[in-house]
Amino acid sequence: MELLVASAIGIMTAAGLYLVLRLRTFPVILGISLLTYAVNVFLFASGRLTVGASPVLRDDVTVYTDPLPQALVLTAIVISFGMTAVVVMIGLGAFLGSNDDHVDDQPEEGKP
Amino acid sequence: MSLFFIVALPFLGALLPGLMNAAGRAATAGVTFTVSLAAFVGLLTNLPSVLAGEVVMARVDWMPVLGLNFTLMLDGLGFFFALLILGIGLLIIAYARHYLSRDDNMGQFFTYLLLFQGAMVGIVLSDNILLLLIFWELTSLSSFLLIGYWKHLPEGRQGARMALTVTGMGGLAMIGGMLILGQIVGSYDLSVILQNRDLIQADPMYVPALILILLGCFTKSAQFPFHFWLPHAMAAPTPVSAYLHSATMVKAGIFLMARMWPVLSGTPEWFVIVTTAGLVTMCLGAVIALFKHDLKALLAFSTVSHLGLITMLLGTGTAFGAMAAMFHILNHATFKAALFMSAGIIDHEAHTRDIRRLGGLRTLMPVTFVIATLAALSMAGIPLLNGFLSKEMMLEEANHTVLFNIPWLVPALATFGSLFSAAYCFRLIGHTFFGPVRDDYPAKPHDPPAGLWLPPAFLVVLVVVIGVAPFLAEPFVKLVTASVLGEAADVPKAYFKIWHGLVPALFMSMAAVVGGLIMLALFNPALRAWDAAPRPEAKEIFEGIVETAAGLAQKLIQPLHNGAFSRYAAIGSVAIIGAGFHAWSTGSVGPATREMQAADPVAIAGWGMLVAATCGLVFLHRNRLLSLILIGIAGLMVSIGFVFFSAPDLAMTQFTVEVVTIILLLLALNFLPKHTPVESSVLRRVRDGAVALAGGIATFALSYHFLLRDAVATPISEFHLANSYKGGGGTNVVNVILVDFRGFDTYGEIIVLGIAALLIYALTQTLLGGPVRARLLNRKPDQARAGDMHPMMMVVLTRVIMPVVMMVGFYIFLRGHNEPGGGFIAGLVVSIGVVMQYMASGFSWASARLKYPYHGVIGAGVLVAGLTGIGSWFVGKPFLTSDFTYVRIPPFEKFELATAALFDVGVFLAVVGAVMLSLESFSRLARRAHEPETEHAMDIDPSRDPDNAKGAV
Repeated sequence: MELLVASAIGIMTAAGLYLVLRLRTFPVILGISLLTYAVNVFLFASGRLTVGASPVLRDDVTVYTDPLPQALVLTAIVISFGMTAVVVMIGLGAFLGSNDDHVDDQPEEGKP
Repeated sequence: MSLFFIVALPFLGALLPGLMNAAGRAATAGVTFTVSLAAFVGLLTNLPSVLAGEVVMARVDWMPVLGLNFTLMLDGLGFFFALLILGIGLLIIAYARHYLSRDDNMGQFFTYLLLFQGAMVGIVLSDNILLLLIFWELTSLSSFLLIGYWKHLPEGRQGARMALTVTGMGGLAMIGGMLILGQIVGSYDLSVILQNRDLIQADPMYVPALILILLGCFTKSAQFPFHFWLPHAMAAPTPVSAYLHSATMVKAGIFLMARMWPVLSGTPEWFVIVTTAGLVTMCLGAVIALFKHDLKALLAFSTVSHLGLITMLLGTGTAFGAMAAMFHILNHATFKAALFMSAGIIDHEAHTRDIRRLGGLRTLMPVTFVIATLAALSMAGIPLLNGFLSKEMMLEEANHTVLFNIPWLVPALATFGSLFSAAYCFRLIGHTFFGPVRDDYPAKPHDPPAGLWLPPAFLVVLVVVIGVAPFLAEPFVKLVTASVLGEAADVPKAYFKIWHGLVPALFMSMAAVVGGLIMLALFNPALRAWDAAPRPEAKEIFEGIVETAAGLAQKLIQPLHNGAFSRYAAIGSVAIIGAGFHAWSTGSVGPATREMQAADPVAIAGWGMLVAATCGLVFLHRNRLLSLILIGIAGLMVSIGFVFFSAPDLAMTQFTVEVVTIILLLLALNFLPKHTPVESSVLRRVRDGAVALAGGIATFALSYHFLLRDAVATPISEFHLANSYKGGGGTNVVNVILVDFRGFDTYGEIIVLGIAALLIYALTQTLLGGPVRARLLNRKPDQARAGDMHPMMMVVLTRVIMPVVMMVGFYIFLRGHNEPGGGFIAGLVVSIGVVMQYMASGFSWASARLKYPYHGVIGAGVLVAGLTGIGSWFVGKPFLTSDFTYVRIPPFEKFELATAALFDVGVFLAVVGAVMLSLESFSRLARRAHEPETEHAMDIDPSRDPDNAKGAV
């Protein structure tokens, strides 16, 4: 199970990094989203993996998973939505203003 | 008045002039004057305690762990400087009221001035050296604003930048010196440091600390070789020059040397560095001043020269030297402020400050003539004026000072400096006021209104009074000297007298005055020789250094920061991976302590879908719509993973966020191209692939390793589990952490979320207000539109489902404290319900039914959460302490009421507002010109359009 989660984090990170290194805004935004997933799962996994032990207190249960990473990741998910929205807006604004969705400065006409 | 008020008043008052700007110039100046006067009177209320020899203290712990406390101290020295700063400040404010023209923004000027005044008062009253450093930097910043006040003048901007660079660099050096000093003593409180002279001077770090602190003092007080910024700062309006260069800014370095005098002085290093720098500055400044034609430049170099004189006196390390220095600070502040103001009057009335174009003003401006002449004669050291007294004391002290084992060196240089000092004073008087009346002044000079000449006249009265009756100033100067000396030495017995008998100092003084007159007679040949002599131009050297440094920095940075985001991303990734690899290869990994859990087929299937979606995304990302579907799958699998690993709250959040994110990206994709072209070369893709692969392997290895090992220390989660019900009253520990244990974090997070949404709104507004708007309105959609954009089925369904969604949201919210759910998730669920209305019935229809703007909802959320937190203050608990109780209303079961639920309401509102504001902003972009806005929910509605309906039948 640990192997599955660790490899999922690794694969999502790799794919996210590759997309972040692309030249247009849309893939870069997708890449950031993938990286967000990877980071959130990574933080969540820092509480170690437990199956069937939700951190909701019950009278006859003594084993619970670590609640703290969950609380941290919960707000991180919502904040990352806000950040994604801002980045999308910036990318969209740049595209609408210049009709160009490159993330890099383009060499100006007549200059090498 | 409490010391806190004295420091805080100018800062708080700085808000007023800007606000009063519309009320007129008199009101703006009036309010500034009142604020300064209040601080001045507040200072005077402390006079009895200071005269009694007490040290007034005020203390608030700020960051005690760092040794940084808001500690203020008022002793004789602090009182003396605060008196100069606030007293001369009052005169400057009165003067500036009449000096500034109607084109100048007076509110801005006085705001800067008050900020500067507050920072200066802060320096002289600080008891904590870290606090002192903060005020020190504040004076650099606020003086930058003041010097560059006339933004339209390039000289003003350059002068301000030079002053900021030089004093800022000195400030940096001083931070280092102060930190060393604090380390040596073990405390950052001045009152403690001043008790530890022997400890500090015996420490091997004494010399580095001394040099660093002196660098700060010398740059601030324009000592050689950092004197060059001061004359260039003369581009400022004259009230600024008069204030900064007579009583305040440049005296800050002197003040600090005096403050540190008991612990730093008396060593050979101190003596050699400070005395030499002072002497060189004094002579150099005096010589250059003589050959300056601009009145203010002449005064600027004379200021440099007099600062050198005071520095030299402090450098000698004797009690008499310190007393002479204090006395000269007082005298210099009075005559130099008067002289600067007189120069400003001449500039104001004659429209020039060039001495070569002036002359004969004696009869045209008699009042100004009297003021300027008395002040200048005092500066020249003529008896019966205060400058004479302290200059005598300086010469006396110089006579007893032996530098580099040459007994005649210091007396000779002191006389030389005094000679040139007298010469430029005589030139100032002679070439400006005497001589024939000319007929080619740029403007007809005449005496100004009383508002301009009264402030300098007041100072000149002080010059004469102290000069004639020095015994009046004597007790005060001795009091100040006593607090400079501390326990290091006793105050000298010497009396302040005009006539000391035929002592060597008198002969030196006479030589200087006579030599000055001769120098003035020989001025024209001397000027020709001066102009012919090659000499380094400090400004060019400074600019050369700045340009070289900037060039070097650019060479270093340009290859890395060339404007290509993908390059930054690659460099950043490689650097992080490299750092991680370094840690990996140099550290050691302990043995695995956890057993790997067996994976069941369901988990493997989920993993397979996640991996397939992710890999598919990489290979198919050029088809943007398809890539959105794929990333949706990845997100869904992550949510299911959270369910699987006992995190129901996370799963619900991730799931709902996934929905709104995809809607958001779809809205954006509406405008963007639907395909990504192939642009990067194969080589580049291989390079990116390698970076990505390295990053992936690194995160995989890291997660895999820690998943198989237990935490090094016991996690604090045990505490949360144990106290969630007992202390927080909820059984859902995640929710209790969010709204109770770490409520402050959550509070910050909803604020960030709100700011992000407002930012999106602001960007949309900017876009719609600019040229983009026309393009958007005339845009031709690049894909076929749906014929029936708002189908009846969907409209009806979403409306029916709306109350259900609200109900679900309400339920999720209420159960949040005890079961998975809570404000975040409920907010997202409700947002989705509202978004559905927009999607089904159209933007106009939905927004016409919107009662509260989303900004208001965000604000209300933050406010509710904040007020809940503040509420706990009223019962004497810290911010955001929550409380709960159980109530039972028959026939229902017992249920819980917690203040945390109120906080969660705030979270809920903020989330709804933020999500909706973001999505709404995007969809506002989508409205187009050729599609008339309709308030109807459905495009085809039989009940609205009976003819069509009949036709359909």
